[in-house]
Amino acid sequence: MTIPNEHLSEDGSTGSKDIVLQVRNLNVYYGDFLAVKDVTMDVKKNSVTALIGPSGCGKSTFLRCLNRMNDLIMGASVKGEVMFENRNLYDDDVDATEIRSRIGMVFQKPNPFPKSIYQNIAFGLKVNGFDGDMDEAVERSLRQSALWEEVKDRLGDSAFALSGGQQQRLCIARALAIEPEILLMDEPASALDPIATLAIEDLVRDLKTRYTIVIVTHNMQQAARVSDETAFFMVGENRSGYLVEHDDTQKIFTNPTNPRTEEYITGRFS
Amino acid sequence: MPREDFERNLKGLEDDVVQLSSRVENAIFKSIEALKERDITASQKVVDDDDVIDEEQQAIEDRCIDLIALEAPMAGDLRVLIAAMMVANELERMGDYAEGIAKISLSMGNLPPLKPLIDIPRMADKSVDMLRRSTQAFVNRDVESATAVLLADDEVDDIYEQVYRELLTYMMADPSTIQRATYLLWVAHDLERVADRTTNIAERVIYLVTGETKIEYPR
Repeated sequence: MTIPNEHLSEDGSTGSKDIVLQVRNLNVYYGDFLAVKDVTMDVKKNSVTALIGPSGCGKSTFLRCLNRMNDLIMGASVKGEVMFENRNLYDDDVDATEIRSRIGMVFQKPNPFPKSIYQNIAFGLKVNGFDGDMDEAVERSLRQSALWEEVKDRLGDSAFALSGGQQQRLCIARALAIEPEILLMDEPASALDPIATLAIEDLVRDLKTRYTIVIVTHNMQQAARVSDETAFFMVGENRSGYLVEHDDTQKIFTNPTNPRTEEYITGRFS
Repeated sequence: MPREDFERNLKGLEDDVVQLSSRVENAIFKSIEALKERDITASQKVVDDDDVIDEEQQAIEDRCIDLIALEAPMAGDLRVLIAAMMVANELERMGDYAEGIAKISLSMGNLPPLKPLIDIPRMADKSVDMLRRSTQAFVNRDVESATAVLLADDEVDDIYEQVYRELLTYMMADPSTIQRATYLLWVAHDLERVADRTTNIAERVIYLVTGETKIEYPR
């Protein structure tokens, strides 16, 4: 398969050790509709990659491809490759459930289970066959998501008793409990107030030392604040989304290469 | 067009920078004219008018800070604001050099002229020309013109070197000229610094257009 030059890293390599996901010529269809067209990009290990772009540009669709979450959507199909540890996630012999345990996802709206705070974390661990010290695992996850100090005295309370921001951090703790390598976040702070948003952003920055994070956001300041790299998607012909530019976040927000990126991030996009 | 109000503000900001540049250009020109003519009143006016330059620079800085805080500028917009703020700062310092020259004129008072002033006005003309061209390059986003300003600085440095040697000769030949020669040396030094600061403006223009902060000097 030939990889277009513009998608190769500076040294021309694509198989660098610090690349955790390699997306090659990815096309996503909903029935006959081509929702995402020919995306080729790498995701670096222990970094935060932000996906930005206008509504309908396919960034969330693309994100869901990275852990085969699109399998769950009726009529969705994928062509191309998402390479993870030398395997294409879309090969027939790949177990989608196992992939989703290693590449976790956090959604726009916090979606805790109707159970206690403790059970929210423990549930996923049990389903995944965890047989270690459950208390220790719950505490570790809650500490990683910066929630432990706030909930340690009320682990038996319902998760719904938490604020929106706390619920979202609980969902992040739940995703982290099963120790994924990659965390996908689909507008994780868009339903939260500004303070809770900043707490999530702090958390994202902390988490990247241990995890690789790909985050979809409509908030460009958020992308600028938390991410190391930014990928800008646009809606193209026939409403298909495509990748316009992917570069260091500092470069994208100070001196992007593509004029369409400049138009979008400076608000001249119409 | 989206962000019309912001666009208007950016345009207004550039107009303010051009106006400040024009005011500084005038101050340098007047300070040298007053020195040549030994016009105490005109020198005092240059000193007094420096307050206006300071105020305008402050207003540009405030406007940039407000726009950064309120409009969250990115990419090219951000570079315009950063460049405008830095250019205004350079202009304010150039205004101080004009004020410095005017104060030297005032200090010289009624001392007899050491010599007819030829090279110092030449330095002033070249420095003011560099200022004008760098400001024009800022408005036109013209990297080529900005680069030409970087090159022009050598000419001013050469004249400064020449003035320095000549004044040194006067001082060695007749120590009674030391005070007057030193005054003129200060003037020449101020003009040399003006030219240097126009190259800073040119560098900001290159940053504004290319995003590059490290400027390779053409040779």
